[in-house]
Amino acid sequence: MSASESVAESGSASRSKAVRPRGARSPLASFGLHATLLVASVIAVFPVLWILLTSLKPAKYAISTDFVKEPTFDNYANLLESSHFLSWFWNSVLVAGVTTVLGVFIAATTGYAVSRFKFPGMKPLMWTLLITQMFPMAILIVPLYNLMGDLGLLNQPLGLIITYLTIAVPFCAWMMKGFFDSIPVEIDESGRVDGLNPFGTFWRLILPLARPGLAVTGFYAFITAWGEVAYASAFMVGEENLTLAGGLQTFVTQYTSNWGAMSAASVLIAIPAAVFFLFAQRHLVAGMTAGATKG
Amino acid sequence: MAADTSRSVTGAAAGETTLAGRGPGPGRTTAKSAGAAAGSPRGGFRRALATHWYAWAMVAPVVLVLGVIVGWPLVRGVYLSLTNASERNVARTIGVRHIEATYEFVGFDNYAAVLGDPVFWQRLVWTVVWTVACVSVTFALGLTLATILNRQFRGRSAYRMALILPWAVPGFVSVFAWRFLFNRDNGILNKILDGGGISAVPWLDDPTWAKVAVIAVNVWLGVPFMMVALLGGLQSIPAELYEAAEMDGAGPWQRFRHITLPGLRAVSMTVILLSTIWTFNMFPVIFLLTRGGPGDSTEILVTQAFRQAFVASPRDFAGSATWGVLILGLLMIFALVYRRSLRKQGEVW
Repeated sequence: MSASESVAESGSASRSKAVRPRGARSPLASFGLHATLLVASVIAVFPVLWILLTSLKPAKYAISTDFVKEPTFDNYANLLESSHFLSWFWNSVLVAGVTTVLGVFIAATTGYAVSRFKFPGMKPLMWTLLITQMFPMAILIVPLYNLMGDLGLLNQPLGLIITYLTIAVPFCAWMMKGFFDSIPVEIDESGRVDGLNPFGTFWRLILPLARPGLAVTGFYAFITAWGEVAYASAFMVGEENLTLAGGLQTFVTQYTSNWGAMSAASVLIAIPAAVFFLFAQRHLVAGMTAGATKG
Repeated sequence: MAADTSRSVTGAAAGETTLAGRGPGPGRTTAKSAGAAAGSPRGGFRRALATHWYAWAMVAPVVLVLGVIVGWPLVRGVYLSLTNASERNVARTIGVRHIEATYEFVGFDNYAAVLGDPVFWQRLVWTVVWTVACVSVTFALGLTLATILNRQFRGRSAYRMALILPWAVPGFVSVFAWRFLFNRDNGILNKILDGGGISAVPWLDDPTWAKVAVIAVNVWLGVPFMMVALLGGLQSIPAELYEAAEMDGAGPWQRFRHITLPGLRAVSMTVILLSTIWTFNMFPVIFLLTRGGPGDSTEILVTQAFRQAFVASPRDFAGSATWGVLILGLLMIFALVYRRSLRKQGEVW
């Protein structure tokens, strides 16, 4: 892990007078490294931090440049009292939650089948899953909108859930394939020797082992649905039917900007997601690249 | 039970082939030989059913669901692109009165209109510029940060957490945060510039600055994923390679060029493909930051299609579907070309 760095160091060490131990760094290199990272970190953190600070200022100071000014929770109180924030939040939880559960449930066996079996139709299926994932919503949004209109599902969470399944199902199947690939096939064989059929092997042996993978897949599906903007903006109208993505837009329109409420809402949406995410992120990347490279 | 066992054995053998050779070959040959052995095509099907029904049953839910909620709308979208459907002539219900659809089939008129319209080509050029700019800058920054973070030093995990933060915040929240920072008169960015004696930059009100702004925000959103994925790739490169190269007298640049870059190739290919597709279709950044404006200067293909169906009045469903089909076509061509180039380089994908 530190190889590249120790190699680089010993290279320069041979030129300088004092011989540094492997892995040590010249003060200048050290300074450059920390300076680069510090600048990058500030850029990464500042927008989020600034919104947090703004949310704690009285609304009239929202646009002041002071870091902290008469800190107060008024923005939060106002947000919860005089907007539909809680209904938006509930709508988002409902839509994203049900989408996740259904997506993982429907896609689990498919992920297993494409990981373990060679069967006629597998290649086209894999391609369909891949291509569906890169579908721009532009191609499906109009027909889905008309379909939901015909079924009376516009403005209904159910309509949005069905719509999000178009994203979640191929994605979940693809990602789970990656996780099932990482489970040794010998486990399946031992199950078969013991007389389990493929369903039994899947259900009793593989699924319990794949539980972390399922959790990661589900988490991903959840945050994808949670952050979706296009369908939510087109399908949900009327203040209290919106999801968070739609609701946040109502604070900042072309004519008025309620930055106080916007910042408070942003914090309430972002902080739980961010905390959860930072715990899970190591697994997230492993899963995504595994699913993608082992296709 | 006997039949059952034989099936499971076939399944297990097939499973092994899957894991052993991921090339394109084995699946097809297996299927072919099974068909040939059975003699008649019907017998072949029955035999295939007997062998593969487990697999087919397992994929059935996904095939069904995708058929209904993706396949059907897709077919319908293609059909709509061949009609003149708009808000005025689709079937709709007003109160209790149901009005039948009156739109007509117009053949390829919409495609001729879109492809003959300079607007499409302008959008396409900007979409390509936007995608290439975002992906290349994101990749360069991600690789730089990953290389630095791959070293051992104090505070590494703290930096790592800070740098991942933009990824952890839901995208639409970040975009609103940036809109707040970019505000022309009251945004913190202009106030900082003002403090340094630089006059206010019309971040979102000037076509050129707006383009810079949307790219900057998208890069900010995309770097963490890129960085973490590449960091994973870096850590999987064996340290012995670097030691051996050092013994042979390779300099830092040579080691980067001949060990790090080839070692990262599989991961790089994947993340570049993913982020190209994501960026090409990146709706929220443009829609929430500039709404395609000022004017239509930052409108990409996807937001344009959305605008036609849901913002413009009257809503132009046929036009939007036409744009959608064209976007899908472009992406599929891209994926095919990309796959072919991977094949040429010997990547199995």
